[in-house]
Amino acid sequence: MSIEARFQVRLGGFGLAVDLKIPQRGVTGIFGPSGSGKTTLLRAVAGLDRPKEGFLKVGDEVWQDGSRFVPTHRRALGFVFQEPSLFGHLDVRGNLEYGRKRMGQTNPRVSLGKWIDLLGIGGLLERRPDSLSGGESQRVAIARALAASPRLLLMDEPLSSLDRRRKIEIIPYLESLHDELDIPVIYVSHSSEEVARLADHLVLLKEGRVEASGKIGRLMTRLDLPLAQGDEAEALIEGEVAGFEKNHHLTQVDSAVGRFTIVGTDIPQGRSIRLRVAARDVSLTLAPPAETSILNIFPATVDAMRPEGRALVFVRLRVGDGFLLSCITAKSASDLCLEPGKRVFAQVKSVALLK
Amino acid sequence: MLSASDLTALGLTFRLALVSTLILLVTGTPLAWWLGRTRWRYKFLLEAVVALPLVLPPTVLGFYLLVVLGSRGPLGSLMEWLGGRSLAFTFTGLVIGSVIYSMPFVVQPLQNAFSAIGRRPLEVAATLGASPLDRFFTVALPLAKPGFFTAAVLGFAHTVGEFGVVLMIGGNIPGKTQVVSIALYDHVEALEYGQAYALSAILLVISFALLVAVYALNRRFRRVQP
Repeated sequence: MSIEARFQVRLGGFGLAVDLKIPQRGVTGIFGPSGSGKTTLLRAVAGLDRPKEGFLKVGDEVWQDGSRFVPTHRRALGFVFQEPSLFGHLDVRGNLEYGRKRMGQTNPRVSLGKWIDLLGIGGLLERRPDSLSGGESQRVAIARALAASPRLLLMDEPLSSLDRRRKIEIIPYLESLHDELDIPVIYVSHSSEEVARLADHLVLLKEGRVEASGKIGRLMTRLDLPLAQGDEAEALIEGEVAGFEKNHHLTQVDSAVGRFTIVGTDIPQGRSIRLRVAARDVSLTLAPPAETSILNIFPATVDAMRPEGRALVFVRLRVGDGFLLSCITAKSASDLCLEPGKRVFAQVKSVALLK
Repeated sequence: MLSASDLTALGLTFRLALVSTLILLVTGTPLAWWLGRTRWRYKFLLEAVVALPLVLPPTVLGFYLLVVLGSRGPLGSLMEWLGGRSLAFTFTGLVIGSVIYSMPFVVQPLQNAFSAIGRRPLEVAATLGASPLDRFFTVALPLAKPGFFTAAVLGFAHTVGEFGVVLMIGGNIPGKTQVVSIALYDHVEALEYGQAYALSAILLVISFALLVAVYALNRRFRRVQP
């Protein structure tokens, strides 16, 4: 079960030509600069625009092919727009019930209360949309989309209309949705921070074409893609809490890269978590470092290198079955005689826990 | 102060305004909806036709209507051929004239109201499972409510105040086609200034009250639905 989408769109000077397979579970981030066709793609999936040539299959239902075009209101989907777009003539409860009342008989009845609790909007039900803050409105809009029991949730930069503080307020709700939802989510964003936190799979769009797609952990470290650039370059590592060093207040996390030691002991054993290792926090040595303060040191093999400006070099490291990125100076790279295939030790100075 | 015929004229005027406004709301809504959303390239032509009564002298409009509806006109002869009679100098003829004459006052506020909603709320409703008709009745109409109120009041008030069209097509038959504005003209012609004062005052007060209501309610709507 998955989503197959093939679209050809020509709009003036802009064209979209994609052929995608999106997994049925988890969050798929559609990432790219503005004008790369992210929103066009999402609107085509929703049926809000009708590409001349297209094929769209969600699970075993064909929503569009050469002869068929299922109109938007017959597609069991939820859509969260950039702006909350709540109905101004209805209160919050009326907004939540609008889609719910219209869902077909085939959909299972999931209680509205679940989404109200999960998005923390229980206190807002009698309020008018214009009395809500931007963050509250967007949470209501997300609950409204989910209340109609969609089989697919589409989100078009749902945080872009919010200021930084509101974004920080809403991201935890999105993360808990990620754990609760058993339907696929397509999440359009131009923020690498958001996709790093929320997406499992990633589709990179560039000028209307798919530049790359796959598991997010793989794509984040590919030096030929725009994600591994500048200060934000980082590796994302899926791990599981393996154990604790209670007396030192530390937690051990097992991952494809190896065993990480992170600060704190408040995550239960066995929990899946996502770690972030910034490229600038990874340094390299040729000999195994001794008597160092750094806890996370892994034997690694240089996989690829790419200069970043004149002074810096990005190094992609194969570590165990995963990858890390390191950003070092060009001088160090030449002093250490780094080249693909060379064996080194990666010292990870700090690890951030994403969820 | 008011004579029996004045009262009859007042009653007839309000009946005419009410019927015309109702017809305009029913026919103007789909027209305004279509004008507000279509991407037809010649839409501007139709918009100009709808706006024509704003600039055309009412007597010109009335004259053409008389020609078309009269017993020698295409519609008039059709009516007579069907066994009826020509529509000139009838209440029905007045209603037809008023509907055309007041059309822009109803269609334009509605069109503006529909345009102001934008596509987004309707798209949201579609993604929530609402069919096109469902979207129109549960999203577009409620959101355009202030526009409907403005359209109804302006259409009504404008019909109450018409003169030229009525004079041309309806004539001046007391109890059948004599409306207030024409009764007033008769009074002045006959130098009956007392009755002219009274009728004028009534029209002034009613018109003012209607406009006050429009502006006051629009202010409230704006507060409730920014």
